[in-house]
Amino acid sequence: MTTKLETLPTPDEKSAGAGKPTNRKRRVRESRGTLAFSRAQRGKSLMKHGILILAGGLMIYPLLWMVVSSLRPNELIFREPGLWLNSLEMSNYTSGWSALTHPFGHYMLNSAIVVIGSILGNLVSCSMAAYAFARLQFTGKKLFFGIMLLTIMLPFHVVIVPQYILFSQIGWVNTFWPLLVPKLLATDAFFVFLMVQFIRGIPRELDEAARIDGAGHPRIFLQVILPLMVPALATTTIFTFIWTWNDFFGALIYLTDPDMFTVPVALRAFVDSQSATSWGSLFAMSIVSLLPVFLVFLFGQRFLIKGIATTGIK
Amino acid sequence: MSAISELSSISRRKGKATPEEKKANRRDNKAAYIFLLPWLVGLVAITIGPMLMSLYLSFTDYNLLQPPEWTGLDNFTRMLSDARLHNSLRVTFTYVFIGVPLQLAVALLIALVLDKGLRGLPFYRSVFYLPSLLGGSVAVAILWKQIFGTTGLVNQVLAMFGIQGPGWISDPSTALGSIILLHVWTFGAPMIIFLAGLRQIPNMYYEAARVDGATTLQQFGRITLPMLSPIIFFNLVLQIIGSFQSFTQAFIVSGGNGGPSDSTMFFTLYLYQKGFGQFDMGYASAMAWVLLLIIGVFTAINFIASKYWVFYDD
Repeated sequence: MTTKLETLPTPDEKSAGAGKPTNRKRRVRESRGTLAFSRAQRGKSLMKHGILILAGGLMIYPLLWMVVSSLRPNELIFREPGLWLNSLEMSNYTSGWSALTHPFGHYMLNSAIVVIGSILGNLVSCSMAAYAFARLQFTGKKLFFGIMLLTIMLPFHVVIVPQYILFSQIGWVNTFWPLLVPKLLATDAFFVFLMVQFIRGIPRELDEAARIDGAGHPRIFLQVILPLMVPALATTTIFTFIWTWNDFFGALIYLTDPDMFTVPVALRAFVDSQSATSWGSLFAMSIVSLLPVFLVFLFGQRFLIKGIATTGIK
Repeated sequence: MSAISELSSISRRKGKATPEEKKANRRDNKAAYIFLLPWLVGLVAITIGPMLMSLYLSFTDYNLLQPPEWTGLDNFTRMLSDARLHNSLRVTFTYVFIGVPLQLAVALLIALVLDKGLRGLPFYRSVFYLPSLLGGSVAVAILWKQIFGTTGLVNQVLAMFGIQGPGWISDPSTALGSIILLHVWTFGAPMIIFLAGLRQIPNMYYEAARVDGATTLQQFGRITLPMLSPIIFFNLVLQIIGSFQSFTQAFIVSGGNGGPSDSTMFFTLYLYQKGFGQFDMGYASAMAWVLLLIIGVFTAINFIASKYWVFYDD
């Protein structure tokens, strides 16, 4: 299975290979050599595209509708299932932005601090652990590696109660530390595993050559391995960004002071504080909260796809 | 497909250290433990320590204010007669048993349609994958709450056909169904894993089958399904583990209380209420261990059953 993993096509190969089946189709078509056959093929493919566009439209419709609704006056939201806009109503955004104790930007900033800290923590701690697992021999390696894999599947509910007790006794409730410290300590084992897999694909000759030249492990790690594992680091960055930005449970437990709210808890407070008539501003802030994730999706797609295809993280 | 198969292969590789390896062992030991330090500290302080503590707490009565009081099996016997807990199990099982197969079936179906050298694959892939990325956020849960509300999008569409829809989320008989639908909607991540798996099936199998006159359905049953079975297994294990831990969507859609009449009271939501609402930390810990046990049993059943239906080519 691991060998299979390494043979997974990279996204570039995928797009390059996209022409291959078409060639095969053309070959089949030529061998039959009849116009009717090619017409049938084209009809079939048109139908396929039709079904896919319909299904895709249905999938995306709720999201588009939310965007449109956030630009509508409130009373229209409950009457308009369509996507037509007669006028652009920006008031939902302005009223939503200042609906809570702090302007919404305050919560975005809190989220940004947690996200950036988590990314740095994951990058440093996971890559270090991955280097040890992928390249070094040590006592208990197999045991530790097995434990590391098991922790990927461990439900966090089993540890959340004592973790909460621990952090509350240190006095860290309503600080960002309970959200950051676990990342600094490589508890997102998914990424350790992802990086181990990646380092295994880097030719050993490279670090052996460096070792012959007198480089120690810190130098091999920093100057040989790390620069080569940028794609794995990018995948880690992107997934950490999205997970942390969306993390609700952790923030709900540890951040009870509105000063410290991250975006998801702020949105939830918004739901609680508003009557059902202010969907417009609720949607507006929802869109604002989804925007960073959407941007990361646009620019990091290649790494996202690769990360899912190889390790199943989502 | 990787973390899981690695784990099952570790036991097979046990105890085969050659003298050479042993020599390398001594040389790398110190460096390895330095690189592993953050992960090791995290393992002890954030994972194993809290696990042991939560095991201890599960036999106590603890409310954060007084020291834990040993009550033996009290928490577990209390569970036996806790009707709300039984209900939360029923809700969670319904969610997992309906949501997971449905989501995987849709994911596989769309992956099959997308597989065969289709033009515009990256576009479709993005469209189908996007909900997966946003689905866990509070924002989308808010959107869902509106879509299935009494005056929500679904009922607006139904009204166009003269149908008076129910209050999907305020009606106990349909509330869970809307959350399951939200889960199915996020089929993009398993779809991408399926797509990666489909690409690994050698084309010659299909060519040979076509020469032998096999129908599309026969090709699917005799080639695609068996060849894809390790990937199906991987997705199944991952999705079951993940679905048992669902929280955010149920929390937001139900307004944090698992309503209406506990119809969306997921096990994790009840655990949250007990632990962080009522500070009944002993009971919450006991629940966490029950969750771990359930997930462990299901994963084990999956692994055992996999011997009969998962086919490894190599």
